[in-house]
Amino acid sequence: MSEATGLKSWLTTTDHKRIGKLYFWTAFVMFLIGGLEAELIRIQLAKPENTFVTADTYNQLFTMHGTTMVFMALMPLAAAFFNYIVPLQIGARDVAFPRLNAFSYWVFLLGTVFMNASWLLPHHPAPDGGWFGYATLTEKQFNPGPNIDFWLLGLQILGIASLAAGFNFIVTILNLRAPGMKMMRLPVFSWMTLVTSFLMITAFPVITVALVFLMFDRVFGTHFYLPSAGGDPVLWQHLFWLFGHPEVYILILPAMGVVSEVLPTFSRKPLFGYTVVVYSGVLIGFMGWGVWSHHMFSVGLGPIADSVFALTTMLIAIPTGVKIFNWLATLWGGQIRLTTAMCFALGFIGLFTIGGLSGVTHASPPADLQQTDTYYVVAHFHYVLFGGTMMGLFAGMYYWWPKMTGRLLSEPLGLVHFWLTFIGMNLTFFPMHFTGLLGMPRRVYTYSHDLGVDDMNMVSTIGAVILGIGMIVFVYNIWRTRKHGAVAGPNPWGGATLEWSIPSPPPVHNFDVIPNVTSRLPLWDSSPAPKAPPGHIHVPGGSWWPMVAAAGLPLMALAPLTHTLWIVFVGGAVLIYGIYRWAYEPFEV
Amino acid sequence: MPFAPTFRGLRDAVPPQRRHLILLSTLLALGSIAACAGPFPQSTLSPTSDFGHSIDHLFRGIFWWAVGVFIVVEGILLYSVIRFRHRDGAPAPTQHHGHTTLEIAWTLAPALILVFIAVPTVQTIFATAKAPPGSLRVEVIGHQWWWEYRYPDLGIVTANELHVPVGKPVSVDITSVDVIHAWWTPKLGGKRDAIPNHHNEISFTADSVGEYMGQCVEYCGASHANMRLRTFVDTDSAFQAWVAAQKAVPSLPATGSPEAAGRAAFQKYGCIGCHTVAGYSNGPIGPNLTHVGSRSMIAGSIMMNTEQHLRDWIANPPGMKPGSIMPNLHVSGPDLTALIAYLQSLK
Repeated sequence: MSEATGLKSWLTTTDHKRIGKLYFWTAFVMFLIGGLEAELIRIQLAKPENTFVTADTYNQLFTMHGTTMVFMALMPLAAAFFNYIVPLQIGARDVAFPRLNAFSYWVFLLGTVFMNASWLLPHHPAPDGGWFGYATLTEKQFNPGPNIDFWLLGLQILGIASLAAGFNFIVTILNLRAPGMKMMRLPVFSWMTLVTSFLMITAFPVITVALVFLMFDRVFGTHFYLPSAGGDPVLWQHLFWLFGHPEVYILILPAMGVVSEVLPTFSRKPLFGYTVVVYSGVLIGFMGWGVWSHHMFSVGLGPIADSVFALTTMLIAIPTGVKIFNWLATLWGGQIRLTTAMCFALGFIGLFTIGGLSGVTHASPPADLQQTDTYYVVAHFHYVLFGGTMMGLFAGMYYWWPKMTGRLLSEPLGLVHFWLTFIGMNLTFFPMHFTGLLGMPRRVYTYSHDLGVDDMNMVSTIGAVILGIGMIVFVYNIWRTRKHGAVAGPNPWGGATLEWSIPSPPPVHNFDVIPNVTSRLPLWDSSPAPKAPPGHIHVPGGSWWPMVAAAGLPLMALAPLTHTLWIVFVGGAVLIYGIYRWAYEPFEV
Repeated sequence: MPFAPTFRGLRDAVPPQRRHLILLSTLLALGSIAACAGPFPQSTLSPTSDFGHSIDHLFRGIFWWAVGVFIVVEGILLYSVIRFRHRDGAPAPTQHHGHTTLEIAWTLAPALILVFIAVPTVQTIFATAKAPPGSLRVEVIGHQWWWEYRYPDLGIVTANELHVPVGKPVSVDITSVDVIHAWWTPKLGGKRDAIPNHHNEISFTADSVGEYMGQCVEYCGASHANMRLRTFVDTDSAFQAWVAAQKAVPSLPATGSPEAAGRAAFQKYGCIGCHTVAGYSNGPIGPNLTHVGSRSMIAGSIMMNTEQHLRDWIANPPGMKPGSIMPNLHVSGPDLTALIAYLQSLK
C-alpha cells in the first residue's frame, strides 16, 4: 500500500501520523516565534531604563510570549505526540475520529494565524492584556482597540481545537486498544494523554465561558466584570484560574508521560512503581481542580479561603514527589545510556524538582504575598514549564524522531543542544529567583537602577542568548538529519512499547497485524513472532470538509472583531456546510 | 557526518554527570553577585516591620526544607547517573517493578514535611489577618498610574508618598478606581491587590525610621512599570509635624510674583479641572497637589522632584510616562517656568 504524496494529500489527510507532523511543525514554528518574543523581552531588560522597545510593544511581547507558549507551542507540541505516538502505543490503526482529528488541527492552525495576524496590521494591535487577561484592564473602557478582541477570539477558536482533540483521544484510548492491552498495561505516555484529554474537555469550557462574558462586555455592553454596574473583576480571576490551574497540568502531564517512557528505555529497567505513577497522574488531574485560588492569594479572599487553598496546594506536592522518587528508583540499578533523549529526561527531573520546590514556597500564602507578581514567580514557572515541560518534550523529540522520520537526529549535535539549553536555561532563570526576592515586579518594561538588580538581569539576558544558540543548533540538527541522519530501523533504542515493533516511519495502516498484548513491556517480555502479511487493510481516505468547517470559525470571529454582523452568518454558513458535507461524505474517497 | 568527530570530542570533555557541578557553581556565582551588589531598597529579605518579619521567618523555614529535599533528590539523581552508567558487557539489570514499603515511605515523607510547613503557614495567615485596635488608618486608592492616600481620621489627602509613624500599628485599606493594581512596599511586608469595589486590608508596625521604595505589582496597563511609590517611616514628632503641614492650606502667593503667575497658568491650562489644590481647585482626576512641593518624587515616584524634572514632565507627560492620562498641554516658555515656581511653592 503506497502513500499518496503532494500538497492535496496533506491538506485532506486524516492519517494521525500526518496530522501529528502538521501539529509538530506548526507548534515548532510557534515555539520559535514565542522564543523570539522572549529574546526581545530579554534584550529590553538587559539594562535598566532601556529603550529598545516601547512600553506598548513590550506589553504586547510579554502577552504574546505567554499566550503563544501556552496555547500555540507547548500544548500542540504535546498534541503532536498524542497524534503520532498514542495510536502506535496502543496498537491502533488510527484515532477514533480521523476527520475530527483533521478538524482539530485546522482549527488550531487558523486560530493561531488569526491571533498572530494582529502583529501584521498597521500599528500592530497585538494583544497586550497579559496571557491572564485580567478584567477590568481588558475591558473596552481601558483597552478600546482591537488588541484584546484578537486575543479573546483567538483563544475561543483554539479552545475548540483542544476540545475536539480531547474527546478524540479519550475515545481512542478507551476503545481502540489492541487485544490484551488492559488499562494497566497502557504505556504511561498514553495514560498521561488520557488524563490530559480529560482535563482539556473539562477545563476549556471554563475559559470559554470567561471569554464569552468578556466578549459580551466588550461587544454588547454587558457588565460581567465591570464593578460600575454591579459586576466583579474577581469573577474573571476565578474563572480564568479554575481553567488555568488544570491547564498547568495539561502542560506538564504529557512531559511526565514522555519521561516515563524514556527513563525505562535508557535504564533498561521497567518503570518503577508503574501503578503508583499512573495513579499519581490521575490524582494530580483531580487535585488540579482544587487549587486555583493559590494564583489569587493577593486578591484578599480571606484567611479561611487562603488556608484551605494553601493546604490543597501543598497536598498536590505529594503525588508529584512520589513520581519523582519513582523515576529515581527506575534509574537505580539500571544500565543508564546517556543519549540526548535521556539527558533531557534527566534534566527534566533535576529542573522540575527546583520548580516544584519553589512552588512549595509560594503555596504558603503569607510567603506568596512577598513573591507573587515578582520575578521569583517567573523563575518558578519557567523551571516548571521550560525545565519541566520543554525538557520533557525535547526528550520526546529525540526519542521519537527516528520513529516519525525513519532517521536518527545526530547525537553529538543533540548533546550540544542539550548542554546549551541546560546551561542557558539555568543562567536565564536561576538569577530571577534573586531578582524577584529583591523586589523586581513582573511585566515591567523598565526598572530602576536603584533596585540593584542590573547584573542579575544582564546574566539572565546572556542565558537567553545561549538558549537561542542552542535552538539554532537544534534546527540545524533537524535540517541535517533529513538527508544525513542515520537510518533508524524499527527499534533503534531497544524500546519496549508497541510503536517500536513496526517500521520507522510506520506504514499508513501502522500494523500489518494488530498485535496481541500480553504484558506492559511487550517487546522486552516476548519477541512477537513475525506475522503473515495481511490481505486488504481498510484505511480511511482524505477529506476536504474538516478544513472547510474549520475555516468557518475564524470567519465568524471576524464579525465581533470588525463589529460587522453579517460576517457571522457567512462564517456560520461555511461551518455548517462543511459539517454537512462531512457528515454525508462516504469515507472512502 | 562531518560534524561528528569535533562534537564527540566536546562530549568527552564535559561528561554529562558534571552538569550538576555546573549548576552548583552557577548557583554560587549568582549568590556572590547577589551578595556583593546592593543596597536593595525593595528586598523582601531584610524586612523592617512585624508583618515583614513574620513572612520572612515563615519563608526561611520553608526554604530550608526545600534545600533539604533538593539535596536528597539531586544527590540521588547524580549518584544514579554516575554509579549505574551503562558499561559494555555488564549483565542486564534486575527488572524491579516496584517496592510497596519504599513507595509508602516516600509518600509519607513529603506529607510529614508538609505538616511542618502547613502549621506555621496557617498560624501566620491568621496572626497577620487583622489590624490591632487603635491602628492609624490609611486608605490607598490605585489609579492609572499613581497612588492616592487618604487618612480618614486626620483629614489628609495626598499622593504617591505615604508617611507613617515608627512603632505604631498602621492599617492600610486598599482599593482602586479603574483597573486592578497591587500595593507593595516590600520591606514593610506583603502586597495586596487594589481591586475596584473591593477593600483589602494589610497592617504593619514599622520598626525603623527611613524611606522605603515600593511599586505597583499587578499589571495595570501601559505604564505599570512607572507606578511606583515611597513610604516614609517617621519618628513620632516628625510625623506630627508632617501631619500639621499637610493640614495647612497653602497661602496665596504675593501679587506679581512668579508663583502668582504660575497660579494663573494652573487655571489657564486647565490643571484645575483634574487636580485639587486646597483653597483653590477641586479636580477629582489626578493627584492632589496641595503640598506637591513637599514631596521628594513626582509623576508616580519615577523622578526626583527637581525643577528640571518638573519641566520635562509638564512639557510632555506621555513622553515620560507612556499612556499618561495627563495630556501634553503644550505648556512652555514663561508659563512653564511660572507653573513650576508655583508647584514648588506648594510645600
